[in-house]
Amino acid sequence: MDDFYREHILDHYRNPRNFGHLDAPTITFADRNPLCGDEVCIELLVDDNERVLDIRFSGKGCAISQAATSMLTESMRGHSLSEIAQWPKEHVLDELGVGMGITPARIKCALLGLKAVKSAALGQIARWPDEQA
Amino acid sequence: MSSCVINSTRASADASLEARIRHDFPILQRPTSNGKRLVYLDSAATAQKPNVVIDRLVRYYREENANIHRGVYDLAERATEAFEGARATLARFINAERSAEIIWTRNTTEAINLVAACWGRHNLKAGDGILLSQLEHHSNLVPWQILAQQTGAELRFIPVTSDGRHELEQLDRLLDGTKIVALTQVSNTFGTITPLDQIVPRAKAAGALVLIDGAQSLPHMAVDVQALGVDFFTASAHKMCGPTGIGFLWGRYALLEAMPPYMSGGDMIANVTYTSATYNELPWKFEAGTSNIADAIAFGCAIEYLEQIGMDWIVAHEQRLTRYALDRLFALEPRGLRVIGPANMHARTGVISFIFADIHPHDLASLLSSDGVCIRAGHHCTMPLMHHLGLSATARLSLYLYNGEDDIDALIDSLEKAARIFKLA
Ligand SMILES: Cc1ncc(COP(=O)(O)O)c(C=O)c1O
Repeated sequence: MDDFYREHILDHYRNPRNFGHLDAPTITFADRNPLCGDEVCIELLVDDNERVLDIRFSGKGCAISQAATSMLTESMRGHSLSEIAQWPKEHVLDELGVGMGITPARIKCALLGLKAVKSAALGQIARWPDEQA
Repeated sequence: MSSCVINSTRASADASLEARIRHDFPILQRPTSNGKRLVYLDSAATAQKPNVVIDRLVRYYREENANIHRGVYDLAERATEAFEGARATLARFINAERSAEIIWTRNTTEAINLVAACWGRHNLKAGDGILLSQLEHHSNLVPWQILAQQTGAELRFIPVTSDGRHELEQLDRLLDGTKIVALTQVSNTFGTITPLDQIVPRAKAAGALVLIDGAQSLPHMAVDVQALGVDFFTASAHKMCGPTGIGFLWGRYALLEAMPPYMSGGDMIANVTYTSATYNELPWKFEAGTSNIADAIAFGCAIEYLEQIGMDWIVAHEQRLTRYALDRLFALEPRGLRVIGPANMHARTGVISFIFADIHPHDLASLLSSDGVCIRAGHHCTMPLMHHLGLSATARLSLYLYNGEDDIDALIDSLEKAARIFKLA
């Protein structure tokens, strides 16, 4: 766990990218992790072809959830909602550089933002393939 | 007659008693999964169990298992005797007038629900007041919220300051029209000791009943329910070296007798026909179905263990350690550490909430975990309190009889490491 909190994670935690609000978002989705009380709100601006033009996120939480969401927002522009809705967990975990090395409770933190983004793209709560409804 | 074999005896030298106590807890002898010494600082969530309690549980199942109150054979009589013996031990421990005033429940939560359902629904009407404090655990809040919805009674709250102390200026106004006051004796978030000596006499004078949530007090201090002058008292065995799955409600006999049963079925009846039943006497009226026999017996053993060490010793030990922990935490203030809770040592126990600069409590708990240090992070089941104080989460350490200065030192070392990893100034 110690070596997980590397420079780039702390940088994204303290200086989150795309943090704040859009003037006129097309889609807004908020989610929280009830275990930690971490919160994330995603705002998307999409074009007529449902491609992401712009994105902002807001919320509060641990370094893992905030850094993961910040990194995620940097990879979203230009992608269509249907692509985003298909993104697997690895999309975030690889970027964070943790693989499956962190504990199950903290994986939930890492995936909070991705889940919110996928839910925003789907228009309903996204579920992982291994997750029960 | 004690059925517990207790190894730790009261020693004159504190240091050697401390070492022997730790030796009584097998889990504290085992390294963590990554090979570290287990530094357990989360006893407010649940306490570790000494060998005597674990052995008592096993011995019951190996040698004494039988259903109680029914069989006339020797084994059943011995099980009944051990089960009722544990009730008597607990009654003595809290100075209840009689054992029949002790109702076994699964935990504190169930005991509070029992009072809310059986006393509350039959005695409250629209407009009556239910007075709580802003410090309450969800378990001493949500049952009253539901009761208020069912009866039209009104929830009121004793306010707390930003350092977790009760503000009593408005108490008389809050008590006007209040029928029941339900308070935690010790806050599980800040360690605040509720000034019951100032609140209970005024509540009684106003004609209200008083229920005490003793989940965080009974493990750590001597409690005399009659001297407290309250009407109901609740606690859980698992926070006081006993097993999970057993807790209790103590209530004044006349009050309990006037209350209808909680659940119904076997054991709680006196006479049954196909169309009706009369109820058993106290305490069994509230104990429908086969009880948690083994855990009740082991709970009795946990109480004997605590008594053997002495509640006075436990209080003094925890006070000394709390002082030590606070001093060491205060030394990290220049690096952004902030303790949240009462500063007055006489108004608090060894439950210490803190925040460390901009390190989120969950990150802190994860980092500490890799050093074998177990602390809690989050809202501690007091979400409205956190919200009220503008906090989203805190880190919390909590002490018990088996902790020592070395545990605090390990915590501080690990906090310093976290500060380096997070590049705090
Ligand atoms: C103050 C307080 N009340 C009630 C409870 C609930 O205890 P249990 O979960 O054993 O019912 C707790 C446990 O954390 C507590 O700290």
